[in-house]
Amino acid sequence: MATMSRTRLIAWRVVQAVPVLIGIVIVSFLLTRALPGDPAAYFAGPAANAESIQQIRVSMGLDRPLPLQFISYVQDLFRGDLGTAISTGQPVIHELTTRLPASLELTGFALLFSMIIALPLGILAATRPNTWVDHLCRAVVTAGVSLPTFFTGLALIYVFYYLLGWAPSPMGRLDFLYLSPPKVTGFYVIDALIDRDLETAWGALSQLLLPAITLGLFTLAPIARMTRAAMLQTLESEFIRTARAAGLPRRKVLFTYALRNAILPVITTLGMVFSFALGANVLVEQVFSWPGIGSYAVEALVVSDYASVQGFVLTMALLFVALNLLIDVIYTLVDPRLNTQE
Amino acid sequence: MNRRDFLKSTSALTLGAAALPFLKVLPAMASANETLVVVMGSTINSLDIHRSGTNRPSYQVAVNCYDRLMTFGTKTLEDGSLSYDYDNLKGELAESWEVSEDGRTITLYLREATFWDGRAVTAQDVKWSFDRSVTLGGFPTTQMAAGSMTSPDQFEAVDERTFRIHLPHASKLTLPNLTTPIAIVINSELALEHATDDDPWATEYLHRTPAGSGAFQIERWEPGQQLVYRRNPDWASGELPGAERVILREVPSTSTRRALLERGDAHLSQDVPPRDAMELDAQSNVKVVSTPIENCLHVLCPNLTFEPFQDVRVRQAIAWAIPYEAIMQNAAYGRGVPMWGGNSESPADIAWPQPFPYSNNLERARELMAESDYPEGFEVPLSFDLGQADWAEPTALLIQEALGQIGITVNLDRIPGANWRTRALVDKQLPLHLENFGGWLNTPCYYFFWAYIEGNLFNSSNYHNDEIAQLVDETLFMAMDDPEYAPKIRRMIEIAFADVPRIPLYQPTLNVAMQPNISGYEFWYHRQLDNRPLRVS
Repeated sequence: MATMSRTRLIAWRVVQAVPVLIGIVIVSFLLTRALPGDPAAYFAGPAANAESIQQIRVSMGLDRPLPLQFISYVQDLFRGDLGTAISTGQPVIHELTTRLPASLELTGFALLFSMIIALPLGILAATRPNTWVDHLCRAVVTAGVSLPTFFTGLALIYVFYYLLGWAPSPMGRLDFLYLSPPKVTGFYVIDALIDRDLETAWGALSQLLLPAITLGLFTLAPIARMTRAAMLQTLESEFIRTARAAGLPRRKVLFTYALRNAILPVITTLGMVFSFALGANVLVEQVFSWPGIGSYAVEALVVSDYASVQGFVLTMALLFVALNLLIDVIYTLVDPRLNTQE
Repeated sequence: MNRRDFLKSTSALTLGAAALPFLKVLPAMASANETLVVVMGSTINSLDIHRSGTNRPSYQVAVNCYDRLMTFGTKTLEDGSLSYDYDNLKGELAESWEVSEDGRTITLYLREATFWDGRAVTAQDVKWSFDRSVTLGGFPTTQMAAGSMTSPDQFEAVDERTFRIHLPHASKLTLPNLTTPIAIVINSELALEHATDDDPWATEYLHRTPAGSGAFQIERWEPGQQLVYRRNPDWASGELPGAERVILREVPSTSTRRALLERGDAHLSQDVPPRDAMELDAQSNVKVVSTPIENCLHVLCPNLTFEPFQDVRVRQAIAWAIPYEAIMQNAAYGRGVPMWGGNSESPADIAWPQPFPYSNNLERARELMAESDYPEGFEVPLSFDLGQADWAEPTALLIQEALGQIGITVNLDRIPGANWRTRALVDKQLPLHLENFGGWLNTPCYYFFWAYIEGNLFNSSNYHNDEIAQLVDETLFMAMDDPEYAPKIRRMIEIAFADVPRIPLYQPTLNVAMQPNISGYEFWYHRQLDNRPLRVS
C-alpha cells in the first residue's frame, strides 16, 4: 500500500473485481436454475393444461439444455440485454434503472438521518462514559437494533399518518397529486429541484421522511456503536495523551486528532451498513409501498423469475464492488498516514 | 433475437410515454368526485391478456379497456349487494345474436361502435382478435377451447357488422365464454401496424398499449406503482362510467391498505383478507361487500396415488373428522358459505356448490377408520400453498389436530407459491393438500370437468370414476333446460358425496372494502374490479 498511488489503487481494484463478477454470473445462473419451482407452470395461468405449459416453456427457452441457455444468457449480457422480467413484464434493465434509484434515494436519506444522530451521539458517549449521554446512546442502540423495521414503520404510519395526519399517505414515492419529475438522476427530490419544481420536491421529500426514518432507526445502531468504540480507543491512545499534555485546546484534540483517526472504522461500517440496508429494506419498502429493488427481487424469487433474479444479483455485485472502491478512496482522503505518503 | 427487439421497442415506448404532455397536477383532482382511487396488493404485469405470463390482476385491464361481444346482466343478492347474473346473457358489442337450429352456428350483429382512434369496430376486428386468442397458445387458447373454439377456421366475418362462429357441436358454454376477459375485441388495424414478422400478433405493442373500444383508456402505467384509467367519452357498449379517472395504486402491505381506506385517502380496496374484512366491517366509516365466489370451493384433497386414500372409508372418515365450524371461524372469519351438514346423501337439486352430507362427528370417523384397511392409522404430510397462507395455515393446523384424534398423524408441508402449481396441479403428487379451484363459467358440469376428470389440471386428487367421466361427457355441452340434464347432474353430485375425493370445507367470499359513498360495485366471476358501474355520491 505504501508505494501505491491513488490511481493505481483504483485500477488494481477494478482488475480484482473481474473474476468476482465472472463468478457471480455463473453462480447466480446456476442458483436460479436450482430453484425447485417451474416458471413455465406458474406463468401459464390459472386454467393451463400440460400442452399450454409446454408452449410457455418453449417460448421462454427453458426446454433447451442448460449450457446452451447459459451461452445465450452471457451473449445477451455482453450486449447489455438482461432479459425480460416475466413477473412485471418489463425489460430487467428498465426495472433496475427505475427501481435502484428509488432504493438508493431511500437508503441514502436513511443513512444521512442516522449519521446526523449517531455520530454526535457516539462521540458524546465516548467523551462522557457512564453519564446519562452514554446510557441514552446505549438505550437508542438497543432499541434501534431490536425493533423490527416493519414494526417501526407501521407504528410511525399509525401515529403520524393515521392518528395525527401529519405525514402524507404511505403510497410510494409520490402522492398521485403529483407527476414524477423529468428523469435526470432518478432521485425524485433531486430531479424535482433540477426542474425547479419546489412543490414536487417537497412532495417527494415528505413521502421519503417516514420510510427514511424507519430505516434510519435501524441503521443508526451499528454506526453509533462503532463511533463510540472507536472514539474510546483513540482517546486512550498515547498521541492523544501527548496532545493533551501539550495543552492543546480540548476541541482541537477531539476533532482534529481523535476524530480523524477514529472515523476510519466508522466509514467501513457505513459502507457495510449501506450495502446491507439496500438489499435488506424489503420490509420498509412493502410497508410504504416503495417501488424499490428489494421488494422487486423478493417477488421475482417467489415466482422463479430467472432473468430478474440474475439481474438483481449482478447489479448488487457491481454496486458492492463500486462501494468498496469508493470506501478505499475515501480512506486515502481521510487517513492522515496514507495522505502523507502520497 | 426476439427479446432484443422487444427491449428496444419497449424502452422507446417508455421514453415516449414519459414525454406525454402531462400537467403538473392531474386536473381531475380539482373535482374529487370524478376521480376514484383504488388500492390493491398485487402488481399488474401486462396490459395484454393474451400474452403469455400475464398475471391474474392484469385481467382487469381487459375488463375495463376492451369490449367483448357478450356480457351478463346484473342481479341483486340477498344482502343487497350486486352481482353479475349468469342467467341473464346480454350483448355488449353485439346488438343481437342468433343461434341456428342445430346450435352449431352462432351469428352476432355488432352495434355501431368506434375504437379509441375513431375507427368503426368491424367483424374483421372480431375475427382477428379471436384468431389471435386461439393461436397464441397458453391460457387464452385453453379458455377459448372451453367454449369449443379452437381454430381460426371457425370464425367468419360475414360483412362489416356480422360475425359468425361455426362450432363442431352445439354447446351451452360458447355464448357465456364470450363474456370472459379473454374474448376481447382488439383494434386489428392499429395492432397490425405494429406487428412484425417475428411477432405477427403484435404482442409487444399491445403489451404496453391497449387498443380497444372499451369504457376506459390507459392514461399512464408505471409497473410496480400505479395504473391510471381515463374514461372514454364515446363508449358505445353501455352506460357511461361514473368516474372520469380511476387511479389504481399498488400497495403491498395489507395494513397500509387498511390505513389508507380508513383515513379516506383510498376509495376502494380490492381483495381484502377475511380478517381485515371482518374488522373493517365492524366500523361505520367503511363498507365491506363479501360475495360468495360462484363455483368455487376451498377443499381438502386426499390424493388417490397415496395408498390409504384409495380406501373410500378412509376418505369418508376424514370428511367426518374435520372441524368445519372451527375452520369457518378461524380461517374464513365467518366469511364463507358452509359446505357441510347436508341433509341427504342424494342431492335434492343441481345447485353447485351445495353442502355435503358430512359434519364434525369423531365417533363416526373412528368407526369408519376401524372398518377400513388401516385401523391403526398412518402418517401423511398435509401440503398447502404459502401464497394462500391466510386461510390455509389455520385450516391445516385444525385439520392436523382433528386427524390426530382418529389415528392419522399429519405433518404440515408448506410449499412456496412458485412451486405450488407444479407440485400440486401438474405433477399431482401431494398425498394430502388444500386446494381452491373456482370455475369461471357457472355450471356444475364445468366444475366437474376440471376437478373430477382424470388428467385435468385441477383434479389434483387423481380421482377417476367411469360414471362421472361419462356423465361429464354427456352434460358438458348439453343445455341446462334439457330434461336429462338435472338427473345426470344430481347423480354426479351424489357420487361426489359418497366418494369424497375432494372434501369441501367452505365456499370462500370475495371481499371488497370501500367508502360508504361508493355505489354500483358489482361482483364478477373473474373476481376483477369492473370500474364501469362504480359511482361516487
